[in-house]
Amino acid sequence: MIAATPVAWLVLLPVLLLTGTALLVMVTDLWMEGPDRDGLGWLGIVGLAVTAVASITLWNQGETGFGGMMSVDRYALFFNLIFCLAAGLTLLMSMSYLELTDIRVGDYYTLILFATVGMMVMAAATDLIVIFLGLEVMSIAVYVLAGIWRRQLRSTEAALKYFLLGAFATGFLLFGIAMLYGATGSTTLNVIAGHLAKAGGEQRMLATIGMALLLIGFGFKVAAVPFHAWTPDVYEGAPTSITALMAVGVKAAAFAAFTRVFLHGLAGLSGDWSVVLWGLAVLTMTVGNVVAVLQQNIKRMLAYSSIAHAGYLLVGMVANGENGGSAVLFYLLGYALMNLGAFAVVMALGKRGEPNERLEDYAGVGFRHPFLGFAMAIFMLSLAGVPPLVGFAGKFYLFAAAVKSGYIGLAVIGVLNSVVSMYYYVGVLVQMYMTEGSADVPSPTTRPYLLATMLVTVIATILLGVFPSGAYEFARQAFLSLG
Amino acid sequence: MLTLIVFTPLLAGVFVLCMQREQLNAIRRAAFFLSLIPFALSLDMLLGFDATNGGMQFVESFAWIPQFNIRYQVGVDGLSLWLVLLTTFLTPLVLLAARSDVHKRLKEYMFFMLALETGMLGAFVALDLFLFYVFWEVMLVPMYFLIGVWGGARRIYAAIKFVLFTMVGGLLMLVAILYLATHAQAGQPSFDLLHLYDVSLPMEAQRWLFAAFALAFAIKVPMFPLHTWLPDAHVEAPTGGSVILAGILLKLGTYGFLRFAIPLFPVAAAEATPYIATLAVIGIVYGALVAMVQPDLKKLVAYSSVSHLGFVMLGLFALNPQGVMGGIYQMLNHGLSTGALFLLVGVLYERRHTRLIAEFGGLWKQMPKYAVCFLIVMLSSIGLPGLNGFVGEFLILMGAFKAQPWLAAVATSGVVLGAVYMLWMFQRVMFGPLTNPANATLPDLSSVERAVLIPLLVMIVLMGVYPAPFLSRMEPAVTAYLARIEKKMAAVDAPSAMFAKGAVDP
Repeated sequence: MIAATPVAWLVLLPVLLLTGTALLVMVTDLWMEGPDRDGLGWLGIVGLAVTAVASITLWNQGETGFGGMMSVDRYALFFNLIFCLAAGLTLLMSMSYLELTDIRVGDYYTLILFATVGMMVMAAATDLIVIFLGLEVMSIAVYVLAGIWRRQLRSTEAALKYFLLGAFATGFLLFGIAMLYGATGSTTLNVIAGHLAKAGGEQRMLATIGMALLLIGFGFKVAAVPFHAWTPDVYEGAPTSITALMAVGVKAAAFAAFTRVFLHGLAGLSGDWSVVLWGLAVLTMTVGNVVAVLQQNIKRMLAYSSIAHAGYLLVGMVANGENGGSAVLFYLLGYALMNLGAFAVVMALGKRGEPNERLEDYAGVGFRHPFLGFAMAIFMLSLAGVPPLVGFAGKFYLFAAAVKSGYIGLAVIGVLNSVVSMYYYVGVLVQMYMTEGSADVPSPTTRPYLLATMLVTVIATILLGVFPSGAYEFARQAFLSLG
Repeated sequence: MLTLIVFTPLLAGVFVLCMQREQLNAIRRAAFFLSLIPFALSLDMLLGFDATNGGMQFVESFAWIPQFNIRYQVGVDGLSLWLVLLTTFLTPLVLLAARSDVHKRLKEYMFFMLALETGMLGAFVALDLFLFYVFWEVMLVPMYFLIGVWGGARRIYAAIKFVLFTMVGGLLMLVAILYLATHAQAGQPSFDLLHLYDVSLPMEAQRWLFAAFALAFAIKVPMFPLHTWLPDAHVEAPTGGSVILAGILLKLGTYGFLRFAIPLFPVAAAEATPYIATLAVIGIVYGALVAMVQPDLKKLVAYSSVSHLGFVMLGLFALNPQGVMGGIYQMLNHGLSTGALFLLVGVLYERRHTRLIAEFGGLWKQMPKYAVCFLIVMLSSIGLPGLNGFVGEFLILMGAFKAQPWLAAVATSGVVLGAVYMLWMFQRVMFGPLTNPANATLPDLSSVERAVLIPLLVMIVLMGVYPAPFLSRMEPAVTAYLARIEKKMAAVDAPSAMFAKGAVDP
């Protein structure tokens, strides 16, 4: 029995705007000629900006549509802004990057925009099936993007690995959704939450199994240990701009759905999942940080460090409640800024034929390219959690939430992990400022888009670190709109 | 006013950073003169300081992160006043000394020094635990660069060791701060230090929190056996870095005990006193003994710091007026004397590129002005009456004898040992025939070097013969401080309901 629900256009507005942009870029690509295709990138950025503005104007009028399957609450809108930011900066830095590669520009931009559409669907979805739809829209686009540099063997390999393991994880996710449907008779989060509140016996057991399977599916997408094994290879192999998008956008989208499902839909099972997440958080932080110490390739190092950051975010989820949830949202925003910036620096150091991704390639960069070095230093210190940068503010909120909820042990493990992470982040600074090197790198000023990306992210990393309270207030309001 | 003092150095640093790289003299001059601004401002503050008031003065307070009730809140009292002045006084001298000892990347060196000054000043005046923590960690970054870029051969190892050691302590302290702020009372969290002073905690929580704070500060002091980063950092750091490190940065550890660890958790602190005082005395004797056998001048001074800071800790933990005042006074003394010692060692290193005692001998004949400066500083360091070191050590031992006579007795032997290794070192470097031909052509102090050293010597003598104005400004604050601790100890074990909620960790 299917009841005809009126189409909630407002709910779809951001998604529709961006889909339109993506299609426009795809069509325009056909008419563009010549080597200079920056116009396509700018078109995408304008579309993302419009979407972001639309999201902001919707802030005070949250609406649910499609029989409670999608919702443009503040939670979704907050994530929309993160996605627009991540995708916009990815496009911006790609414009300087693509000239070094033989990647087809039009497809590349279109796929990034479609991946962003998928992310937005994931954040707005209040139904497990819609989450699955969003996940697939995003993932398929990113599978292709990971392998889009076809002449590079490692890019192809990354795409294949990501696709195979991603499909596997999707299987777990679907299976989990089926279990939850079996237990509660619905895939809508509100209904599931209502059922779980009073479920018992077999139903509850079935739901717990479903929850565990969902955990595996999400664990893969956010790269939590022990579901992280694909991350370093894929991050290393993919074109650097796509690595940035994966580390930031895909991860944020996965956390958007993860947090909404667990903290809202499966809140009734929190007694079960919080113990598991506690363990996952400890494992993820520790393995990520310890293995990152051993890396000699900067992209692999950032891959492991992004695993570690997923661990910190899990701390916020374990802490649960208003503080924990808001902290997760704030952290994702800050993490997006500093990580995009770091990848922009990695790209700035590469040149045609030489990616310059080994740590030794950073020797002496700090003094030869003062701004490049300064930017990287800011990002590394922020990722390590040194005040007054946004990475510190984020960690502060996360650990404050954990301590407030009584998870002192988890907070202590978290801060000790930060010490370990300091070692390898500082290792980059050692290379840049304390060793003499000869790597000859084109100055970033010759690539204005990269420079612009770095400028934006550096300024935001510092500003949000010194004055975090405004952004945190947004994150808090966003989280409170859940349920 | 305080905000201005704290942030002018950073602004000056940014200004210097924007200058032309090649204009070395202009950079030097700009950095030096700009660093006089915070010094002038702090002198102005000193004039306006009410010596009879034991509370916080020049308080500024703004909401910063309202959701967590975090405020930007700064102020000075008699405990921090002189440390602020020490910082603003030493930094220009160090920048001036950079004329001779920094040969590369001068602009960045000046910037990091000035940024470091902002961090230290901020930590001394912060009255909000979050704010304090921010300044505390911020200091790491410039110091890390100063050691790592301008340091000696093993500078990278030393820099990373310094960062990791300090971070372990700092981050555990952050967890303690979070716990204190969110659990100390029902309702709104609070990071306001003055407010938290009045909250009484149950014993169990106090012990843990004190342990976390104490670890962070003990690493910074550094107390035996957490001192191993210090000789490495000192030996590898450039002269200016060593001066700041010994002169001011280490004081943040002892200041942390004074301002946070002891008054926030006085009962736990009192419980821990025998252990901490014992470690302090071990530090005094151990530092002196190790200093005695050092072949390297800089290492000798570095280990003497371990010994001297043991005295400061002993004084602070005597928890009586003489001990605490002596401790604070000795912090200033150590800042001046050891700072001057490092500068003097730097002068020799500049000329000979070695710091081995065996390489020198008979320098008095060749460099008489240098030798006289060295003599005065060395005598101040071993606590000769009439110089500053004596006043501090005397007060500390007086306080310590009241509190823990046996430990004080052992500590006294540290004074003797201090005299032994210093005088022996001085004799080997300065007296005897000029055996090493390489030393026969060494020039005496240049005018810049004299300009750096003379203010230090003046202060050393002034604080030795006329300590009254310094002590009188500390006294009301120390009295208020001890009274607060006493009151809090009396009110102990009134468990607050918040702590009944146990930990949730599985």
